[in-house]
Amino acid sequence: MANVEKDEVSGQHTTGHEWDGIKELNSPLPSWWVWVFYATIIWAIAYWIVYPSIPFGTGYFDGLTDWNAREVHEKQMAKIAQHKEQTWLAQFREASVQKIAKDDELRQYAMKGGEVIFGDNCAPCHGTGGAGNPGFPTLVDDAWIWGGSLKQIKQTVTHGIRNSDAQSRASQMPAFGWMSEKKQNAIAEYVAGLAKGNAPDGAGKKAFETNCATCHGPDGGGMTQMGGPPLNDRIWLCPGRGTCVPEISAKQHVLRQIQNPKHGNMPAWGNRLSDAEIKQVTVWVHAQGGGQ
Amino acid sequence: MSLVNHHAKLEKNAILLMVAIFITVIIGGLVEIMPLFTIKSTIEPVGNVRPYSPLELSGRNIYVREGCYLCHSQMIRPFRSERERYGHYSLAAESMYGHPFQWGSKRTGPDLARVGGKYSDEWHVAHLKDPQSVVPESVMPGYSHLADTRLDYGNIQEHLETLNVVGMPNPKEGVDTMYSQTMVEKAKADLENQARGNNAKGIRSRYPKAVMGDFDGKPKTITEMDAMVAYLQMLGTLVDFTSWEKGLNKTEKQEKLWR
Repeated sequence: MANVEKDEVSGQHTTGHEWDGIKELNSPLPSWWVWVFYATIIWAIAYWIVYPSIPFGTGYFDGLTDWNAREVHEKQMAKIAQHKEQTWLAQFREASVQKIAKDDELRQYAMKGGEVIFGDNCAPCHGTGGAGNPGFPTLVDDAWIWGGSLKQIKQTVTHGIRNSDAQSRASQMPAFGWMSEKKQNAIAEYVAGLAKGNAPDGAGKKAFETNCATCHGPDGGGMTQMGGPPLNDRIWLCPGRGTCVPEISAKQHVLRQIQNPKHGNMPAWGNRLSDAEIKQVTVWVHAQGGGQ
Repeated sequence: MSLVNHHAKLEKNAILLMVAIFITVIIGGLVEIMPLFTIKSTIEPVGNVRPYSPLELSGRNIYVREGCYLCHSQMIRPFRSERERYGHYSLAAESMYGHPFQWGSKRTGPDLARVGGKYSDEWHVAHLKDPQSVVPESVMPGYSHLADTRLDYGNIQEHLETLNVVGMPNPKEGVDTMYSQTMVEKAKADLENQARGNNAKGIRSRYPKAVMGDFDGKPKTITEMDAMVAYLQMLGTLVDFTSWEKGLNKTEKQEKLWR
């Protein structure tokens, strides 16, 4: 090396490189750094030995501890399941949803868990806190399409609406496009009036009573056993402008429904959520203001 | 030290350094990648996993085209938090027919590995058109053009044939290609029928558990929305985890499962 010299101040040698009179010190790495570096190498070798690591042929070295991510996970899940079982789950499984709603302690567990389950699974359609969305019913009021008792809510959650589940709620509104345009218009006007409380008497009312009352009730109050939603309130899936089809009025929404009925559907949660989870979310939904 | 002197030789010779780097990267690559091809437990065999139906495949292509994987993963890890939110952790075999797989690596939106069947078709359509209409706090952009664009499926048959060249074998159909000859021949008809909700029996005989249309409320036209929702509705629904035995005790159960 050319011109390696000792630096008086630091006591270190220079590298021998020089740039316009500037020289570079050849200081060694700090010893703490070097030792940490060696320690990480030793750590890595120990890691190879303790954990599954080196591949060979069709298998791999299992490691001394036989560690397995899935096993760790399953053990954690089993521990939590056992804890739940001991504190509340066993009672929950035994008790009917009505009993849970009445029991002060069990209801606490239902409300806490139900809120989380609802937020994850139900809120995308029914809105945060069950507020509802255009086309997806709100759950915080006392207007129910399929019934608002604990039993009815549980049935709806478990089997869903108009899906492939054998016990799902299934009734469908028929299309009334065969009616004369005049009659359809009259009914639409009557129904739009029902919501506002000023439904006109006359042909529309008469046609409603003959054709629609079977499912929507004689006064438009709805029939939960048929899934016919109440029409005499303002809680509609598509109440008018700015909703399902934003540019059309409430009357036009009714006309569309008469001619080409839209049927909401809901997945069955029975095979996605456990029975206890369904009970939790049922109690929670029931407690949001509209439970019957 | 002599080692340090050798180091200087490498550093002063650009070509030599390049060759050495190349060799190092090759060794690293081989050690990391090769075992995945040879180790038997890399993909544990799982029943019921099938290739995508032609309509689902078209939806999957739209998923890739629109870059959904940039914000949505399809990979549930074996952690408690993920299991409780998304369901059973993903198995490698569940993406064996994915070319390329859509695991993703970022979750701006939620994981979609088991979104199939979780929400109704109607919700998916409303949500894809305008996510904020149903989830006000969402930051997802709208994809309303999917509902207005006719699906271009003229080359679906060739698409299946291409996957037969690169894809995994399909032992269920008794073929060492991804799709059987019948599947390829019926590709176009299957796509149209699934989107219109016709011939469910025939389609499900080739693609079990396929979800039948119409998806977007427009039965007469097959839109990109139909394909997209068909794909989303099948995600994660194929494996029945009640009958799938978990590889807990590695020595015995894995032996049984993974061989």
